[in-house]
Amino acid sequence: MPNLEHPAYPAADLLHLESLVPCRESQVSMLLSIFGERQQFSFPSIFIYGHTSSGKTYVMQTLLTTLQLPHVFVNCVEYFTSRLLLEEILIQLQSSSSDKEQTCPVHCDTLNDFVRLFKQAVASQELQDQTLYIVLDRAEQLREMEANILPAFLRLQELTDRNVTVVLLSEIVWELFRPNVGCFEPFTMYFPDYSIGHLQKILSQNHPPEYSADFYSAYINILLGVFYMVCRDLKELRHLAALNFAKYCEPVVRGEANERDTRKLWKNIEPHLKKAMQTVYLREISSSQWERLQHDGGEPGQLKGLSAHTHVELPYYSKFLLIAAYLASYNPVRTDKRFFLKHHGKIRKTNFMKKHEKTSNHLLGPKPFPLDRLLAILYSIVDNRVAPTANIFSQITSLVTLQLLSMVGQNDQLDGPRYKCTVSLDFIRAVAR
Amino acid sequence: FRSRSDDSEDTELRFVTCQSLWNQIKSETEQIQEDLNKQLLDNLVSFLSRSHSEFQAKTTEWTCRMKFREIPTAALVLGVNVTDHDLTFRGLSDVLQDNITPFIALLEAKDCAGIKNLMQKLMGQLMNCDVDVDSLEDEDCVQVSQNRIRCSMSSLISWYESVTKKTDSETPSKKRNSFSRHWQSPPVVVIFKDMESFTTKVLQDFIVISSQHIHELPLVLIFGIATSPMIIHRLLPHSVSSLLCIELFQSLSCKEHLSTIIDKLLLTSRFPFKLGEKVLQVLINIFLYHDFSVQNFIKGFQLCIVEHFYSQPLSVLCCQLVDVKKRVYSLSHDQCENIRRLPSFRRYVEKQEAGKQVALLTNDSFLKEEAEKLLEDLHVYHENYVSILRCLHVFTSSLPKYPLGKQIRELHCACLENRVWETEEYESSLQLARMLNKTDLVTMLQQCVEILRSSSGKEFDKTVEKLKEFLTQFQNLEAEASQERDVSVSSQKELQKKTDLYHLQKTLLELKESRRSKKLTKFEMLRFEVVDYIDSLVRKYLVPADDRTLHEIVYFNAATVLRGHLNAAPRTALHTALNNPHWYLKNQALKCDGGGISNKAPDICIVYKLHLECGRLINLVDWLEAFSTVVMAAEEPNADAASSDQVDDIIHARFIRAISEMELLGFIKPSKQKTDHVARLTWGGC
Repeated sequence: MPNLEHPAYPAADLLHLESLVPCRESQVSMLLSIFGERQQFSFPSIFIYGHTSSGKTYVMQTLLTTLQLPHVFVNCVEYFTSRLLLEEILIQLQSSSSDKEQTCPVHCDTLNDFVRLFKQAVASQELQDQTLYIVLDRAEQLREMEANILPAFLRLQELTDRNVTVVLLSEIVWELFRPNVGCFEPFTMYFPDYSIGHLQKILSQNHPPEYSADFYSAYINILLGVFYMVCRDLKELRHLAALNFAKYCEPVVRGEANERDTRKLWKNIEPHLKKAMQTVYLREISSSQWERLQHDGGEPGQLKGLSAHTHVELPYYSKFLLIAAYLASYNPVRTDKRFFLKHHGKIRKTNFMKKHEKTSNHLLGPKPFPLDRLLAILYSIVDNRVAPTANIFSQITSLVTLQLLSMVGQNDQLDGPRYKCTVSLDFIRAVAR
Repeated sequence: FRSRSDDSEDTELRFVTCQSLWNQIKSETEQIQEDLNKQLLDNLVSFLSRSHSEFQAKTTEWTCRMKFREIPTAALVLGVNVTDHDLTFRGLSDVLQDNITPFIALLEAKDCAGIKNLMQKLMGQLMNCDVDVDSLEDEDCVQVSQNRIRCSMSSLISWYESVTKKTDSETPSKKRNSFSRHWQSPPVVVIFKDMESFTTKVLQDFIVISSQHIHELPLVLIFGIATSPMIIHRLLPHSVSSLLCIELFQSLSCKEHLSTIIDKLLLTSRFPFKLGEKVLQVLINIFLYHDFSVQNFIKGFQLCIVEHFYSQPLSVLCCQLVDVKKRVYSLSHDQCENIRRLPSFRRYVEKQEAGKQVALLTNDSFLKEEAEKLLEDLHVYHENYVSILRCLHVFTSSLPKYPLGKQIRELHCACLENRVWETEEYESSLQLARMLNKTDLVTMLQQCVEILRSSSGKEFDKTVEKLKEFLTQFQNLEAEASQERDVSVSSQKELQKKTDLYHLQKTLLELKESRRSKKLTKFEMLRFEVVDYIDSLVRKYLVPADDRTLHEIVYFNAATVLRGHLNAAPRTALHTALNNPHWYLKNQALKCDGGGISNKAPDICIVYKLHLECGRLINLVDWLEAFSTVVMAAEEPNADAASSDQVDDIIHARFIRAISEMELLGFIKPSKQKTDHVARLTWGGC
């Protein structure tokens, strides 16, 4: 195991850091060597990417706080416009150094202002001798802001002429970021996914105080055995572990088994975990409901999940409209005459062809159709006469708002709007019954 | 009301009556809705209070540390009747305001095109509602307006902290009622009214942001869902939906809602105003076929009331029974004439003997007395009608295949339409009722007794007696049944004893006889009796209202008017306007006969009629030619053909104007396929 070593930082801090970031030692040591000593200029921008919950944010945050490096931590989703983002950085800068309440509202609309204000802020805080780290979490959002934001952050060191390093955290690779006009290439770094061993180690680390570490790690072992196939998200796993642990402990609490009786415990918990996978994990029922169920000892069958309520009650004509829309979406136009006209011509014997077509139609997805065709099909599938009243038209619109139909190409209202049917065959079957 | 009817018809009084009646009905419906939503709201309130109790306790237990905090979310499935949702949400936010928290934001998709708009809207609503509560702090408002510039979560959090801190420091002596009911840190409830219409991105971003701050800001989301909860999974990826702790709440189905409304509004003698069969059918059809909206149903009902009081001068008598007497005697002579003109009254007069006929037709005061009596009869009829209808519904609603309908409203319609006992469905349901088993029959009879007892009608004492008698007879039967079984067993034994062929034949015949007669056991006899008795009740009390004298006063029957108002048909209206301008313009000159194109019609009508004869692509030159021919047809007698050159310019201009009007109305559009052609956008002459 590579121990963290760096001359610039006290060994005790490093040891503490190491215990906090299990399975990420190599990345941390790499980062440390890039950062260098406090006063040394570091690489202008670092790009860290890795899959969901591979510890990017956590590692950066613990690293910066344990070593007490001056830093600003911003989530780009939260500050969704460039103005909010820049102002937030400045506010954090001001408040981090000076304790006194002088946070006057900062106004910063452009990057030019930002650079100026940034220089002021840094100068006022006697930070010149230390590297300031600006961490931008969820950096993929930067691509949706103004075009100059991302390149500017990448070379902020050069623009401000201060000792600053920008760290970008993202779930996607750098290649998808690169603007086509070219920019400063950051130092890219990859956080690999945790392996099952890593997960086991990390999860077992936080065992509840009432139980021994071995007992808990055995439980984690069983949990991973069930869930590892479907979920490698550390956060989710930890959540699930906490949810189901009470059930695991039940035999021990009741005194039927002791902590070493792994097999018995396994038999008790395994079906329970499988059920949890089908319900809680998919958020079919909420975790608080799940906990209450466990508490009452009831069967999960009593509680219907979200997808159990698929049936939608629709008014009479809405049903027919929806069916007509489905037919119009999935049948080619030329078959309309044959299907919906009373005296159609002979059906040509192209059965083989038709079968082939039918399967592919469902694979191709719905096709747009004009309003008139929808109404024509409606008139032919409803038995009695339907007057084209405002009610019918408003129902079409309400179907669109319910997202059962969707409008295609809304540019020309007069020119006969075109729709698409967005519901599945199963849904239509249920409606048509 | 004033504008058309003259003063002799009590316009003022009618207006007042109409108003008061509507107010009564309105408050009644609101009460009903409140009751119906109570269950749902209670569930929601308990969910909300539970969801943030954890936040209150701030438990430091191991499990709470381990779990990442999910945002408590209520998925509220409300059904597709979107128009009713507003009322539900209003009720919900009122209840929450009273019980849980003052911080409620109602968001609609149309206001939240982006995350920025959403945050703006959210903060605006939250901070405004805060200002409502703490109306004293003026400096707070200034702060709010400053804050609004930065619409981010962090400013929201700082706002929340300041508000809750302020309430903490407030002394109880201030008697702040609104806050004493809330907890120390009330949750912030964000209601998404129409989940379906929100864009995926906005929702995702909002949930991700707020999940990061759930520790500082106790947020609760409520999703209003019109279709099915599956939409959550469709809108949100797993990574986002795993941040939510969703619980499902289902509101009452709108059909049940409607049934209760009909039950409480129509099937009661409390309100003097009644709907005729056709009108009720129109309203129910609109509900079932088109919108499922209870609000619209009530609006339609309101329209009926207004229309009735407006068009029927005698509706002044459509009031509570206590007022009737006074109003009848204050009727003017014109109004008496109006009564005499009523078809149902004429029928009544024809049935009376000659002397009374004359008196009724000539003597106003005698007429008034008679009318009062008739109105009282009508009221009693209603009371009886409702109770018996309910009894009949008890019977018919349990029959297989529901020949008379499952819902009481269907039965009500059938009874209003014509004599229900003459219909085939009634016949078949009686047949089926004759085959009911005993336990069902007994429970039904018990229900009927309950209904009749609770009704206010005075005539039912005897009926109740009779039904009770039936019940006791059924109980007696049980005792007898065991004896009978003994008898049959003994006869069987006899059969085994006798071995003689002749005797055997004889006993067999006897047995057969007895079996045939036994087909009508006592129970069956009794069952027939019961059914016949119910039948007689139905024949006596469920007479259709049309047969009652003076029914026009309280029944609104103008279904065509209502349909015209509620079932708008824009295409048809447009077609009639253009095809037959006389219909709307009421100009005698425009009255045309059938297919001909009159040249006196407005230009656009001529153009429209001409275009109906064309195919998909219309040649403009031909069209102009035809147009000028039609227009010139009238001018030919006085203007000779030579002047056509000069007129052509004007006609051309008129033609172009008409064409552009057509384009504006969406009938045609310029086509790129052929030069000098336009494409037709409608098909087959509507």
